[in-house]
Amino acid sequence: MDEVKLFGFWASPFSRRVIWALKLKGVEYEYIEEDLPYNKSDLLLQYNPVHKKIPVLVHGGKPIAESLVILEYIDEVWPHNPLLPKDAYERSVARFWAKFIEEKTQPMWDFFRKFGEEQQKAIENNYEILRTIEEHGLGDKKFFGGDQIGIADLVFGMVIHMLAPMEEVVGYKFIKADSFPRLHAWVKHFSEHPVIKDNVPDYTKVVDFLKIRREFYRNSQQNS
Amino acid sequence: MAEEVVLLDFWPSPFGMRSRIALAEKGIKYEYKEEDLRNKSALLLQMNPVHKKIPVLIHNGKPVCESLIQVQYIDEVWHDKAPLLPSDPYQKATGRFWADYVDKKIYDLGSRVWKTKGEEQATAKKEFIETLKLLEKELGDKPYFGGESLGYVDVAFIPFYSWFYAYEKCGNFSIEAECPKLIAWAKRCTQKESVAKSLPDQQKVYDFILEMKKRFGIE
Repeated sequence: MDEVKLFGFWASPFSRRVIWALKLKGVEYEYIEEDLPYNKSDLLLQYNPVHKKIPVLVHGGKPIAESLVILEYIDEVWPHNPLLPKDAYERSVARFWAKFIEEKTQPMWDFFRKFGEEQQKAIENNYEILRTIEEHGLGDKKFFGGDQIGIADLVFGMVIHMLAPMEEVVGYKFIKADSFPRLHAWVKHFSEHPVIKDNVPDYTKVVDFLKIRREFYRNSQQNS
Repeated sequence: MAEEVVLLDFWPSPFGMRSRIALAEKGIKYEYKEEDLRNKSALLLQMNPVHKKIPVLIHNGKPVCESLIQVQYIDEVWHDKAPLLPSDPYQKATGRFWADYVDKKIYDLGSRVWKTKGEEQATAKKEFIETLKLLEKELGDKPYFGGESLGYVDVAFIPFYSWFYAYEKCGNFSIEAECPKLIAWAKRCTQKESVAKSLPDQQKVYDFILEMKKRFGIE
């Protein structure tokens, strides 16, 4: 049986989604914590010379980089508890939403990185993005994947892992029962899933980590 | 049931070209609909409400959006002819990685090459060439990124070749001088009918870029 290793960072939602995928499928793996951002290991740089980033999955000595590429690989090698539907059309829809949420992830964190008028714009932008995701992506489904967690759910999972603690640090909440009822229900279902529940980083630790980041951004904008 | 395939597209779009090539490789008959991007059709807005962009592939009335997602869809539905992705999961992952790399880099860097000038353009040119060189290295001695035959990465990347002349004229540089093996690969691809009939003439693309520059007030 080929060895599986995952290079990640405890606070990163990008490596977190790979952990969730491996756990959902019951795949044994060795986890290697990278000391980001200034002390990346030689192994990481060797396994991902192009982007030099986590996550990197190494299976039988062969590296795979980019979280969405890794998720599709995991789904193909360990097909039970599938992350993608069998039907080609449904697969294209799942991939569309995984990609959409992925591309909006960093912009959705701008409200945390910015201040004043720029932050206001970022907040409005988030409402638009979440509205699109709720209306067109999730709809009336329990999960993006239907009755079970799918690839787009793992990508959207950043809202519990990163968005929620960012909201706490900034003092602003987006996904509420009255503003986004379906996304609000999704958060509950996703967070309570036995595999997800047991595999989220310590919330207080993330908040503390983010408080330091927020000060860093505040000082950067004051000095610019 | 008769298959109905429609592609909403815009002739110079490298993203649209990807789907054209994939459909041609599989020998699929489809209806090509040219969109006027300054006057998008009701059909486009209905079929791609999220992005309102081309290309949109409509198969038996159901829309597939995003070019690489379309190429994978085409490859999966018409899987018995000219496979674009290999069956081995690791090789598939490698293909997806490099197609994603092309997606992350080429369009944006190329745009900066034709849209900017002076130091900004010099930086864009440098990064653009570095990106091409990395892709050239990944190609190695293989005839195609896909190995012996045209594959997923080839389909993702070759459309940008139709923009090379425009990049070169705007940036005043030669891509062939920097990346001869890549140009050899590109010419090899255009020998294939599926590619040749999907890519517009490079001069035509350059004329289009000049018109864009005029329209946006870029010198």
